[in-house]
Amino acid sequence: METSAPLAITPELLLFGGIATAAAMAAVGVVAFNNAVRSALCLVINFFLLAFIYFTLQAETLGIIQIVVYTGAIMVLFLFVIMLLNLGGSGLLQQKGDKRMPVAIALGVVLFGLIASQLLPGLMSVTKPLAPDNFGAPQNVGRALFTQYVIPFEAVSVLLLVGIVGSILLAKRRI
Amino acid sequence: MNGVPLAAYLALGLFMFTAGVVGVVIRRSPIVIFMCIELMLNAVNLTFLAFARYQFSTAPALAQNPELATSNSIMGGQMMVIFVMAVAAAEVAVGLGIIMAIFRLRQNIDVDELNLLKG
Repeated sequence: METSAPLAITPELLLFGGIATAAAMAAVGVVAFNNAVRSALCLVINFFLLAFIYFTLQAETLGIIQIVVYTGAIMVLFLFVIMLLNLGGSGLLQQKGDKRMPVAIALGVVLFGLIASQLLPGLMSVTKPLAPDNFGAPQNVGRALFTQYVIPFEAVSVLLLVGIVGSILLAKRRI
Repeated sequence: MNGVPLAAYLALGLFMFTAGVVGVVIRRSPIVIFMCIELMLNAVNLTFLAFARYQFSTAPALAQNPELATSNSIMGGQMMVIFVMAVAAAEVAVGLGIIMAIFRLRQNIDVDELNLLKG
């Protein structure tokens, strides 16, 4: 896909191809590993590489947020729960060879082929990013977030508050 | 980044989303299912950011009015990514709390055996 004939092979394209291949392999690893800890570590690798892809899109603020929030906070939460429930080494949830596996993989291939065949050919000619280079700078992101998007921002803060209250209620032994 | 087509970013996002869908269907551990949902959310984030950077649908408007490039209206994709990340954080906190509660109740969290809501 990334090396079709009319495209010039630039260093940027090679860099993107390397990062994207590693990220795709990590995504497969999340699904393929039987051990939950290995899946979590593959997800960490994937999120980290995704942050670098955000950097290549000049969205550096969101790349940093991706590293801090996802690989920092969310994945630690995942690993903490895996540790607490002791799901790591034991064969507690050993996958048995069942009939869902080939059906699901066929479903995935069909989904990928269907969307890719409809979406991607028309967009292969779009190679020039039109947004200004500093559109992902912290100043610009912050200005947009606190002027035009301030009401969704406040709504998200209420959502996070409700999430905190909900998780404390769920964690209590008796409500 | 010049030289990389928009379609390459979209292909990576689509691949990650598909991997997440397959994972949700074939895995039995609810924690891994949650990880696959995170994978799907991140694939959507990548798609948002790629479209936000290339702005190919607003190209005629940008050519007419170059000031648009510095206005807030070009930031919609990045704002959406921030909100998706916040919602994902809330979702993970509540979801892992539910998994812990189920584990305390049953000592077994195979999703195929959780059929309490079966009618």
